[in-house]
This record gives sequence, structure tokens and C-alpha cells, in this order.
Amino acid sequence: MPSGQRPGGITRVRTRRSVGEQAIKGLLAAAAVLSVLTTTGIVVTLVVESVPFFEIVAIGDFFFGTDWAPLAGGEQQSFGVVPLIWSTLYLTGVGLLVAIPVGLGVGVYLAEYASPRVRRTLKPIVETLAGIPTIVFGYFALTFFTPEILKGFLGLEVSVFNGLSAGIILGILVLPTIASVSEDAMSAVPQSLREGAFGLGAAKWQVVVRVVFPAALSGIVAALVLGASRAIGETVVILVAAGNNPNLTFDLTTAHQTMAAFIANTARSDVAAGSIAFATIFVVGLTLFVLTFAVNIVAIRFVRRYRQVYD
Amino acid sequence: MAVAETDIARKVVQRASSGERSRDLLFRSSLMLCLFIAVIFLGVLLVDVAADGVGFLSLEFLTSFPSRIDPQSSGIQSALLGTLYLMGLCALFIVPIGVASAVYLEEYADNERWYNRLIEVNIQNLASVPSVVYGILGLAFIVRGPIDIFGLGVGQPTLLAGALTLGLLVLPVVIIVSREAIRAVPPSIREGSLALGATQWQTIWKQVLPGALPGVATGVILALSRAIGETAPLILVGAAAFQRFNPTLDGQFSALPIQIFNNVGEPAGVFRDLAAATIIVLLVILLLMNSAAIMLRNRYEQKW
Amino acid sequence: MERTTPARDDARNDVSTRDLSPRAGEHADGSAAKPDAEGTAVFRLEGVSVAYGGVTAVDEVTFALREHEITAFIGPSGCGKSTLIRCLNRMNDLIPSASVHGSVLYHDQDLYADDVDPVQVRKRIGMVFQKPNPFPKSIFENIAFGPRVLGMKGDMSEIVEGALRKAALWDEVKDRLKTNAFGMSGGQQQRLCIARTMAIEPDVILMDEPCSALDPISTGAIEELMLDLKDRYSIIIVTHNMQQAARVSDRTAFFNVDKLEAGKRVGKLVEFAATEKIFTTPDDKRTEAYVTGKFG
Repeated sequence: MPSGQRPGGITRVRTRRSVGEQAIKGLLAAAAVLSVLTTTGIVVTLVVESVPFFEIVAIGDFFFGTDWAPLAGGEQQSFGVVPLIWSTLYLTGVGLLVAIPVGLGVGVYLAEYASPRVRRTLKPIVETLAGIPTIVFGYFALTFFTPEILKGFLGLEVSVFNGLSAGIILGILVLPTIASVSEDAMSAVPQSLREGAFGLGAAKWQVVVRVVFPAALSGIVAALVLGASRAIGETVVILVAAGNNPNLTFDLTTAHQTMAAFIANTARSDVAAGSIAFATIFVVGLTLFVLTFAVNIVAIRFVRRYRQVYD
Repeated sequence: MAVAETDIARKVVQRASSGERSRDLLFRSSLMLCLFIAVIFLGVLLVDVAADGVGFLSLEFLTSFPSRIDPQSSGIQSALLGTLYLMGLCALFIVPIGVASAVYLEEYADNERWYNRLIEVNIQNLASVPSVVYGILGLAFIVRGPIDIFGLGVGQPTLLAGALTLGLLVLPVVIIVSREAIRAVPPSIREGSLALGATQWQTIWKQVLPGALPGVATGVILALSRAIGETAPLILVGAAAFQRFNPTLDGQFSALPIQIFNNVGEPAGVFRDLAAATIIVLLVILLLMNSAAIMLRNRYEQKW
Repeated sequence: MERTTPARDDARNDVSTRDLSPRAGEHADGSAAKPDAEGTAVFRLEGVSVAYGGVTAVDEVTFALREHEITAFIGPSGCGKSTLIRCLNRMNDLIPSASVHGSVLYHDQDLYADDVDPVQVRKRIGMVFQKPNPFPKSIFENIAFGPRVLGMKGDMSEIVEGALRKAALWDEVKDRLKTNAFGMSGGQQQRLCIARTMAIEPDVILMDEPCSALDPISTGAIEELMLDLKDRYSIIIVTHNMQQAARVSDRTAFFNVDKLEAGKRVGKLVEFAATEKIFTTPDDKRTEAYVTGKFG
């Protein structure tokens, strides 16, 4: 007699279990949909709250005006956002000037030169740097870097709140991102490419610069763009170290205010909800969101490209 | 043809002479200089914070309330509790939602469908949105807006609002790490389970998720490590500083990063030192969390 | 053998309580079974083809597999034998691009009918895979998993012991039931997988190249096991090892790769007969060429 006699057919019986399976799938999908809802929420909030603003302030005045004084009274009040955008890009540029060479240097070293033992000590250090909260960097910029390094050691004539300090520290903050993503990209380059070049008698640095680097280029560009994106959106370091005055200037010794810093600063000051000054939070927020969104699309495209090449 | 090749090879080999070697050394040295810069910065930062703040560290510091008037007796109890409560609530939010999303995307979703790809693209994008924008979302929706969470005071910056805002911020991290952990479970395990007559959910719940658990736990700790240090969203949502009472679910709350931020903003130098001491506490908590994550990973990591 | 079954008329109409496995000599609906020479058919395939993403992998298979026999599928790589065996317990459902055409009857029930629950199918038709795939749990938990998820009643320790005994594994592991299954050797792991399948008391056991990842001694142990199990189960085994097929199977199906135009290849059933015939006096020249080692 064959074992496995089982009453009931193989046909689908609508058991409690099968209904449960469908319900579970629905719940899980709902959780995943939350991400879409979040994005929708962000966009809707920013746009809806910005509409009343643009009914009062002309778009041209906003995007091309060079005087940003939303909290001033009467005639002084002005809504030209250019200083904020300028400071955002300028300080990001300063930061990248530090972060790109140092970050790439660390990444190249970890990927190509470091022995496994060295890597085991160094990678955690880079990761620690990445994990330090930004407020700590802000503290460091204001209480040590400006007085001791810039003023003291380098003898520069900077004010307490200055763009140079904020920019450089911003770079240190972004450095681990560039280091780890570029290291990832370079490690993914197949060993056979390097061996081919070594076999032709090339020196190590030539192999790295002429073979590995170009091969990992998409990933490296992705690293830089991701770093830029982080810097653009950074709030607290700027808020603490660069002061609260927007300045449309190349002068790094004075205060600067980025979009993100402005948003945070306005939110914590006594601004009446529903007033036009309050609405600037959302308008500047929208501008910032669009900017980082554009940068991120570029970054994702490069990330996808470098992940695909060797898969 | 062979002659030309050996010519080239000879030239290449000739070039790899002492001039080449010194250039190699130069390159390598500049790389090490970069490393040096990074490590030095980290070192100086930690030493500076420690030196500034160690003077204020004491048990009283942890158990007193902050004071703007009398800095010597200022403590961080309200901020510390606020941070701990925030992390607890945040975890309660991100673990089920994050893991559920990851399970759906890895086990159920057909990647060809446009709506599933939309979800994936969304998560990727959300991972790079600046934290201050999440703060704006939290401000508009949760604190001032249409979502009245369990009647816990719309229009008030509450712990729950703060936890939800931070949760949304780090949710992409949880989803991405959980997906990787789930993906690492080999298909042969799923096949074996299904071949025995288990349903898809039984397979996921009893085989896949337990196998992915160490990775998921590490991811959650990673996410919370990020959330714990975030200042901008809390500023936006209205967290208080110098709060002289313990936080409750439906009332004003404070948190360590906010306390630090406000101390740094005070003109008198002693408040800077208070900020440094608070930073030390925050960094110690972070160190504990990361050590826990590493221990978890080493002890329970599943080698397939 | 005593069995309670509902009255014949009710049984025919009431799908949910239809007793699946037929009595000897009868189909499930009570009509007389057509025994093929010596036994009743557990599977009947007619014109079955399987395609992945529109490309046919195996084409037009028609045969009947008998119960309480070991049937072997042999053939060169790419001939579709693994693809075909996975149709028999609907494991091809897991591959989104796979499509199955033709008729697959299990005890005269259409396996691919719209209202068939794959979970129910797999309760009756178990599968052992090429690479042993124990769960990263204890030996006990590995065996207990199936009965637990299927809600089988009974003392779990007894069920586990029974399954391990049937797989000739009990004596080796009875003192370490709580240790992790990953600590076992490859051969033991595969016998564990077989025990795991038997714990859910299936009707059929499918084996997809079960010994190809194992050493000769473990292979021998599993072949012995298969011969023992024949009395209680119907076994279908895919193997690329001809000697193994000759050793254990009662009937053998030889598949080959046909080359079509435009470089396309598709698997086809060439010959299906008693094992002795296939290996000594096959009807088809291609079969003869394969079993004498001229290709493959």
C-alpha cells in the first residue's frame, strides 16, 4: 500500500491559510508603498505651501533677486534667493576642493595599496569619521578650527562665523562618502586588467592612474556626485560655523548662509505660522529639494553604470 | 612584427627605471598624506572634544536638568531621556515597516511591473534627500498638519512626531540593508522549503527572515546610529532645549543633538564646554551601538 | 487495508474531500485503471512541452510513469530532463518565464488545472535537489519543519525518528539531533534531505541528480536507500550517471537534444522502456550510441 494517502484533493481549497497569504501580501505591499507616500508628501507639502508665496512675490524676483532679507520690516524686506543658492554652491565647492583629493586619495590607497592588515585598521577609521554626527563637526569648526587653526595657526583674518571654516569642515564631513564609494568602485575592477598592465612593465602608479582609475570612472564620478549631494544638503555645520547672514560674496572670511541653514534658522526663530516669512521655509525647501533631486539623478545614473559594467 | 613588439617592450622596461621608481614613491606618499590628513582630523577632533568636555562629566551631569542661568549645575537628563525615547519609538516604527517593505520587494514584487519599479526608485531617491527636508515634512504634516496621531496634540512638537520624522529619514537605510540580507539567503533554502509543501509566507517567516536576521539587526542599528545624531530635522520639528522636565509622549521633548546645538550657540564660553561634555555622552552612546552591531555581526553572521 | 471514504457519488462531486490516491487497479473517480503491463500509472504525460521565455526547452513528451518503481531520466546535458522532472511537482512555477503545455496527470488528476493548489501538490510529490540544501538549523528542526508547517498531528520526536530511520540515518545522528545540520558531511546532508521529504509522507519522491555532488561511498548509500524506498514510494530520478540508472532503476527514459534550424536546440524523449532493454537492446540508434558512451 503506498504511503501518503491523504484525504482531500490537490485542488485549491479556499482555506483560512490561503486567504491569509493574500492578506499578508497586501500588508507588505502597503508598507512598501509608504516610500511613495513619503515622496508625495514631501512634494505636496513643499509645493502647496509655496503657492501662496508666489502669489505675492514674483518668480523672477525670487530666483534672480540678489537681496535676501525675508525677516526685515517694510521696505527692507526682500526675497531674492540668489545669495542662498550662491553660498550653497560656493561652500560646497570649497568643501569638495578638500574632499575630492583627500577622499580619492584615501579611496585609492585603500583599494590599491593597503595590505589586508592596514585595511582592517583604516576602514573602521574612515567609517568612524562617517558616523560622527554633523553637530560635532559644527562644534569643532566653531570652537577649534576657526580660532586655533585659521586664526591662530594660519594667522588668517577671519570673523568668528566664516565661510572658510564651514567649507573646509564640510569637506571633511563629505570625505568618507567619496572615499568609500570610490574604493568600492576601484575594488570592483577585475584583477586581470591590472595584471595585463603589469605584464607590460608598467609601474604601479601608472597602472592605478592609467588603468584602474579610468576603468572605475563611473563609480568615481558617482562618488563625487554623492559627496556633492551630501554637502549641498548639509545644515548644521553651516548653521553653527558660518553664521546666519546671507552674503553674496567671494569673501570666505565673512558669514555665509546656505539654503539648508536658512531653513533651520527660520524654523527655530519666532516666525508666525502662515506669514510670508514662514512660507520661505517651504519655498527655499522646494528649491533645495529640486537641486538635490537633480544632482541625485545624475549620481544614480553613474552608480547604475558602474554597477553594471562588471556584473 | 616581433621586432617592433620587443622594441616597445624594451622601451617600457627601460622606462621602469629609477626615475619611475621615484615617481612611484611620490605618488604613494601623496596618497598616504591624504590618509594622514583624514586620520589627523579625526584624532584632533576627538581630542579637542574630550579635552573641552571632560571637566563637566559626572553623574550629576547625567541626572540634572539643563540650565541657562547656572551652567555649573547644568545637566542633560531631559535631553538624554528624550534621545533614548526617540530611538525607542523610532525603532518601533522602522523595524516592521522597513522589514515588511524589504520582504515585499525581494520576495513578492515582480520587477517588471511599473509600480514596483516606482517604489524602488523612490527608495533610492529618498536615501539622498537632505535631512532638513524631512524636517520640513515633519513640521508640515505631523506637527502642524493633517495627521493627528492618536490625538497626541496636533500643533505640538511631540516625541512621536520627532520619532516619525527621524524614522522616515532612516527608513531607506533599513530597507536597503534588509533587502541585501534577504537576498543573501540562497534560493536553495527557499526551494527546499517550498518543495516540502510550505507556502510562500511560511517559507519567508520560518526560513528566510531567521536567516536574514543578523543582517537586518545590523542594518537597524546602523539606521538608529544615523538617526541619533540628526539635528536639523529636530530643529524643524520644534524640539526644545534647556527643557527642565522629562519628556512625555505627548509633550515637549528635547534631545542630545538639540542640547548641544543650543549650548554651542550661547556666547559664554562655559556653555561650549557643556556642549563638549554632551558630545562625549552622545559619542559614547554611538560607540556602544556600533560595538553592539559588530558583536552581533561576528557572533550571528550566517555563512552560507 | 481499512480506509474510510465517503460514498462514491459524493466523492465524485465533492472536490474538497476527494480521496486522491486510488485503490489498486482503480482511478480516483472509480473507473477501472488501465494498468500498463505490471503497475498502475502515477503520472501520465501527454504532449508535454516546457518553454522558458518562449524558447522551448523540452518538447512533446508522452509517457506514463508507474508507481512503486524507480524511473530514471537519462540523457546528455541540455536535454531537458531536469526541466521535465520539475514539472511533476510544479517547481517550475517558481520561474516566472516558464510555461508548461500539454497534459500532466497525477493519479488521473490534471496537475496544472486552474483550481489546483501547488502547495497541495508538493505535499504529495516531494523533491530532493542536486546540491544538498539543509536548513541552517538543527537536524531535528530540519526534519520537523515539513510536518509542522503542514500541521501534521503526532509526536514530533516520533515523526523525526521515523523519518531518520527510513533514511538509514538514525543511528548516525541520534545522539546529536540538536546540532546544526551544516556540520554533517555531504552524503549525510543529502540523506537528511531525503529524510526531511519522507517526514511529510509523500506519495512520490523526485530526485534531481541527487548524487552528483557526493562521493562514491555516499552515492552507494543513497542508491541502497532508493531501492529500499521503492516499496513505499514511487521514485523518479534524473541522473547523468548511466551506471547509476542501470543499477537502480526499473524503467529508463532516454532524452536527447535535437538541433533545429537557426541553431536552436530542444530536448526530446527518444525512448522509454524497461531499464534492461534500454541498456542491452535499445530500439533507437541514438539510445544505443548514448548508452555505449559514443557521446554525452
